[in-house]
Amino acid sequence: MKRLIPLFAALLISGAAFAVEPSEMLKDPALEARAREVSKQIRCVQCQNETIDESHAEIARDMRVLVRERILAGDSNEQIVGYMVDRYGDYVRLQPRFMSSTLILWFGPLIFLLLGGLAVASRLKRGGDAAEPLTPEEEAALASLNDSGEKAP
Amino acid sequence: MTETVPSSAQSPAPRGKRWPYVLPLVILLALGGIFAKRLLDVENGVDPSLIPTVLLNTPMPSFDLPALPGRGEALKSDDLKGQVFLINFWGSWCIACAAEHAMLLDIAASGDAPIHGVDWRDEPALGLKWLTQRGDPYAKVGQDPQSKTAIAFGVVAAPETFLIDKQGVIRYKQTGPITQEDWHKKIQPLIAQLKK
Repeated sequence: MKRLIPLFAALLISGAAFAVEPSEMLKDPALEARAREVSKQIRCVQCQNETIDESHAEIARDMRVLVRERILAGDSNEQIVGYMVDRYGDYVRLQPRFMSSTLILWFGPLIFLLLGGLAVASRLKRGGDAAEPLTPEEEAALASLNDSGEKAP
Repeated sequence: MTETVPSSAQSPAPRGKRWPYVLPLVILLALGGIFAKRLLDVENGVDPSLIPTVLLNTPMPSFDLPALPGRGEALKSDDLKGQVFLINFWGSWCIACAAEHAMLLDIAASGDAPIHGVDWRDEPALGLKWLTQRGDPYAKVGQDPQSKTAIAFGVVAAPETFLIDKQGVIRYKQTGPITQEDWHKKIQPLIAQLKK
């Protein structure tokens, strides 16, 4: 059993899927780390819900290679993302920019939380509907139910 | 149990307090409306997965692509200044390009504007075979094996076609195959206008 532990450990690590192939990687680990960081900000244009870091699409591969070339050429991370945005639009940013057309994305969840909070608050203020006492008829019905319940067994 | 039960508790809720019950219905209807609009958009041919072009009316990227071996000269952006032309991204692996090919031959035959081809992510030999077998609509063809030029043009999937004016500015982008309708209603009139 103990011999299997490394195997399980390896399985845990490989859970983080990425598509970067060894041949694409830069020799300098610091630059490669930067490339990974930039790649995680860029959305694959063919698969839409993946970063180019995760995607196996050929265009994503070529974009990863391009990111690494730009890094070697001395571009900053912002310049590289900017290069992609100039060509594919804000669409390629996986994290939407803060602007008028994306306000709903940023504040939507907060608005819903607020609405829910207000609903709960107004409920609590009223003391809840359950505070209503039973009518005499209901009391009687309850009592008869309880009695029959005790006799049953 | 509290003793402070309002006397109105037995009667229906006062009018002012109905909105919490109506609100979810209003939200539901509003969402339904939005979904219905998007679905109808798709029915009417608006593809929500298309990425809007940001390069329209901007200068085309510069490029210098090697020719297919044994077929004409290289495709260089500097050589194309001063002419109105189409630049078409294709590849022998691209099924939609096969569907578009007859249209490209028609356009080439019309003589309205030259089509230059970018053989994208392709084996040069397969690209050449494609042109010999199906006919060759292109004035010049360049190879783009690593998508450098495709990415510079913001290309997502072949075929994509750009119309460039005499100043080298992108005036139109076609995503997917050019149809007869696209050609006659949009591209051909635009070419005539740009050539003036």
